[in-house]
This record gives sequence, C-alpha cells and structure tokens, in this order.
Amino acid sequence: MSTVAVVGASLAGLAAADTLRQGGHDGTIVVVDRSARLPVDRPPLSKQLLAGEWEPERAHQPLANKVGDLGLDLRLGVSATALEVGSRTLTLSDGSSLAADAVVLAMGAAPRRLPGPPLAGVHVVRDLDDCLALRADLEVGPSRVAVIGAGFIGAEVAATCRGRGLEVSMIEAAPAPMVRVLPGEIGGFVADLHRDQGVDVRLGVGVEGLVDDGAGRVAGVRMADGTVIDAGVVVVGIGVVPEVDWLDGSGLVLDNGVRCDETCLAAPGVVAAGDVASWPNPLFGEVMRVEQWEHGIEMGEAAGRRVLAGLADEWRGPGDPFPAVPWFWSDQYDRKIQMAGRPAATDEAVLVEGTIEERRFAVAFRRGDRCTGVLAVNRPRHAIQARMKLQASLDWAPIAEMFGV
Amino acid sequence: MKVVVNFDLCESNAVCMGIAPEVFEVRDDDFLYVLQENPPEDLRDKVTEAARRCPKQAITIED
Repeated sequence: MSTVAVVGASLAGLAAADTLRQGGHDGTIVVVDRSARLPVDRPPLSKQLLAGEWEPERAHQPLANKVGDLGLDLRLGVSATALEVGSRTLTLSDGSSLAADAVVLAMGAAPRRLPGPPLAGVHVVRDLDDCLALRADLEVGPSRVAVIGAGFIGAEVAATCRGRGLEVSMIEAAPAPMVRVLPGEIGGFVADLHRDQGVDVRLGVGVEGLVDDGAGRVAGVRMADGTVIDAGVVVVGIGVVPEVDWLDGSGLVLDNGVRCDETCLAAPGVVAAGDVASWPNPLFGEVMRVEQWEHGIEMGEAAGRRVLAGLADEWRGPGDPFPAVPWFWSDQYDRKIQMAGRPAATDEAVLVEGTIEERRFAVAFRRGDRCTGVLAVNRPRHAIQARMKLQASLDWAPIAEMFGV
Repeated sequence: MKVVVNFDLCESNAVCMGIAPEVFEVRDDDFLYVLQENPPEDLRDKVTEAARRCPKQAITIED
C-alpha cells in the first residue's frame, strides 16, 4: 500500500486527492494544510462574502462536502517545513516526518504586502480571516477606501465597496486595470466601468507609502506624484507569491513557483499543481503559472493522474502532458468578464461581437494563424464556446468562423 | 438521473455548457437553459463533472 502526501488542502490539493481515489488509489492519503480549518472557496471573498450577502459557511470549496468520503488523513494546522526529494520525505511543523511514495505540492500563494510596519486598517484579501477583518472595517463606514492594485482582487473589492455605498479610490501603477490578464490597452474598459460607478480611478501612478494617523492606524496613501489620498481603510491587491520558500535547497527548480515538466512532475515522485506550479503548457508552447480558480481543479486532477501513472510504473514512463486553456471570470457591478486563453500584449485584438462602448462584447486575440485567447464581457456563451474550440486547437480559422469574421 | 439547477445561485458562467452541451445551454439572453432535465445515463459522467466545475455550485444531480 502506497502513501501519497498532499501539501495544501487547496482546490488543487483536494482535486488531486479526489482523482487518486477515483483512480483506485486505496493507500493512505495524508493532506496537510497550515490553516486550522479547511480553506474556503476564494472567489466569494472579494464579492458575496465581503458584501455581507453570504456568511462563511456558504463559501465552501467544491470538494469540501466530499472530504469525509475520501478517507483522507487530514492534518489541519500543520505545515510542511522541508522536503527531502530523493526519499520523498516531508518534515512537518509538528515535529514529525512523513515518508511518502508520492508528494503533491499544492500550497498555493501568499499575498504580496507593502513594505513598512503594519498599520491597522490595511488589508489583503486572501483567506477567510482577511475577508472578515476587512468586512468588519467596512461596516464601520470609513470616509474612503483606497484600493492599491487594480487586478482581480482590487477591481472586485472596489466594486463591492461601491456596492456598500462607500467612496473608493482605485490605484494602479500600470496604465490600465487587470494588465496581467487583459493585455495591452484592452483593460481600459474596466477603468471606464469603475469611473461610471463613481470610483476615483488613478492609473499609471505608483504608491510612495501609507500615511500613519499617529496612533498606528492608516489615514491615507501617499502617491508617487506627491498627492495624498485620505482613506480610513486601505486594501492591498498587488499580486501573490508562490509559497515555495520552504523548498529552498530541496533541489527542486524554483522558478516562478515549482517548475514542473509537461506532465506536472517536478522530480520523480513529486508533482505540483495550482498557483504554486509552473509548467510548459504544450498547447501554447509557453511556460505558464496560472492563478485561476478552475486551473486549480484542472491541474490538481492532472497531478493526481500523474501520481497514479507514476505509482503504477515506478516513475519510469513519460506520463501524459497537461494541455490547458486557462479560463477565468470576474464579476464587477453588473458585468461578467471572462477570458479563455492567455493572450500577450503583442497579439492583435480583434473585436468579434458587440461594442466596447456598451460593455457587452467579445474580443479574440490573434497571433499569426493562431488564436491565443478570447475575452468576453457579458457574453458567457461566447466565452465558453471559444474555450471549447481552443481546447481542440489554437487555430485562428475555427474562431473566425464561429464569430463570422 | 435528474438535473436540478438552483437559479438563485446560477451566474451563467457557462462552464457546464462547455462540459455537457447536450444538457446545458447558455443562450443569447445570458440565461442558462437545461435542455434535458432527465438526461440519459451515458451523460452521467459529464453532468457530474459539470456540477463539480460550476463556480457557484448551482447544479445538483438527484438519483
């Protein structure tokens, strides 16, 4: 009977464990996670939970209800502190060690924070405690909320705060919101959307630091252009960093997360999945690390299948590659922004449905004879149909045919 | 097998349509339509996968 150790009870970690059981693995599956309870589902943290529309118990992960049936040795409040790759032995924070036949690395990522001493009223939004602490601060009714960073978290938190009737400033150093996923200038419509809703949007200007009210609480944001935005609450959404520090010196390649091969394998018997893993995506021919909800599930499943294959052939076989069309959605006000694929700023953006002005449109991104992604705003059918096409091939022609362009 | 969608939860993300287009369809009005409430047994795996992938967990399968 073999033992699989899963580090992280994340979407990816639980998807891997579920896939192992579905695939007939009847050995031990140990899942360790440093949080004291099962991590919640993250998308509602910046939306329904923060808005106060949902209570925490409703924001459970898709597999949370199934955990009891998976026969897991679930160790919450325990983190992994070292990995001996050759023997696949984990050192755990409770002082024990765990030797396994396979290790699944699914620790996720931690939010970046601003340098400087901690101030009350400054928040990140990554887990349930973060969300509830911010929610409590919002309920006090600050005169203004300053959101630093206009990525997924920043833009959604800004929208939720406006929904609560609060004054909001959204600050982004890049020239447009969501630049990491919306290439080039296309994210400009997100800025307009927020401006129309009364958000004070500041683009292309950096943050110098935070203003201390003298009593250890934040009073505002000092901008690089010398201006100060007075704000009683500051939300920092400037990205996340893969949780790989504990793997320093393990021998694994740590390059934008745990670097894997095409099959999610980082070393014989060691796979990685989700936010923490980078891998050469064979569909795109690019090394990617994807911080998106469904990707956690898909790569977790692929990692689980890789472990099943490796346990069966003692890691001698090549394993199956993991091709993926990344997919995300973001809800802001009454708009649903969805993207299938991973376009670059140098790709040509072709409007294929609707108009940008009405904010109900689809844009396909073209790179030569390939389509690298389709962005859809309030066009969910188009987003998913495009994704199905891209999963079959990145050829431009079927996408052009589908949209009649 | 009976497919039940909780339309109070459904956000028309259309993920289900990507997995089981025989059963789920998001139309031009952006609403989800269930094409077969009692799909045949050979679609069970797809429908189960669609239920699992739904970002809002709005799909349940009875029996």
